[in-house]
Amino acid sequence: MSDATFLEYVVFFAAALMMIGGAIGVVIFANPVHSALGLVLTLFGVAVQFVAMDAHFLAAVQVIVYAGAIVVLFLFVIMLLGVDTAADLAIDPIKIQRPLAAVMGVGLLGLTAAAIVKARNSLELAPGEGIARAVDLGDHDANIRQLADSLFSDYVFAFEFTSVLLIVAVVGTVVLTRRWPRDPRSESK
Amino acid sequence: MIAAIETTWYLLLAALVFTIGAVGLLIRRNPLVMFMCIELMLNAVNVTFVALAFQLADIDGQTAVLFVLVVAAAEVVVGLGLIVSILRSRPGATADDLAELKG
Repeated sequence: MSDATFLEYVVFFAAALMMIGGAIGVVIFANPVHSALGLVLTLFGVAVQFVAMDAHFLAAVQVIVYAGAIVVLFLFVIMLLGVDTAADLAIDPIKIQRPLAAVMGVGLLGLTAAAIVKARNSLELAPGEGIARAVDLGDHDANIRQLADSLFSDYVFAFEFTSVLLIVAVVGTVVLTRRWPRDPRSESK
Repeated sequence: MIAAIETTWYLLLAALVFTIGAVGLLIRRNPLVMFMCIELMLNAVNVTFVALAFQLADIDGQTAVLFVLVVAAAEVVVGLGLIVSILRSRPGATADDLAELKG
């Protein structure tokens, strides 16, 4: 057994454990703050998997945008609204909901796992142009360079439209959360 | 000598996390926690994208993940805005309390 392969296994299973543990934590913790911390654990696990799969830029973006911005936004809202109290999870308002959800979960996992295992042999087909690896090229920015080439040539229209999407989202949120005065005329006084 | 880690393992891991997120979305009542479960599902799909980009040696999968990140950020902003405006008028509301849209 080569050391490199053994290390890959350690990294994979450690990160997988982080992802699964965090995901289960999100679902079963009664307090929303603890759920948010479970989400952070999962997001870091995903970032580690990204590094293992040579997606270095995405790993950095994952930590900065997801763990850094989105989870902080969640925590901000939890604290702003003061909902950081534990919910009683023993109460099940709709009696049959949890058994049905469990059945759906088992079914979904079974079907996707069956499809993945069945598609295993066709994974070799249709290889693309190759992913630039920093290790092979001796270029630390190889992944960023290749991703930028793809983003700013093939997907440049989609990229431009995401800026429109973000502007619309920001304006929409301001409109949604602003407290509008009851009488529009009273605002000018 | 053990074989290298197969792409199938990454895909199965992503399927498991996706399922946990989907089940959480169905059984939790707190709108914030339901939202976190949606983030879990998005991340599972991102792992699938990157794993297949790695397996098929095609950078397009990573580009798609970048777009998913942007859309997820926009979605979180709008969703949390909605949750703030709902919970401000009715503190402690759960998903069951929001069956009617009357403010």
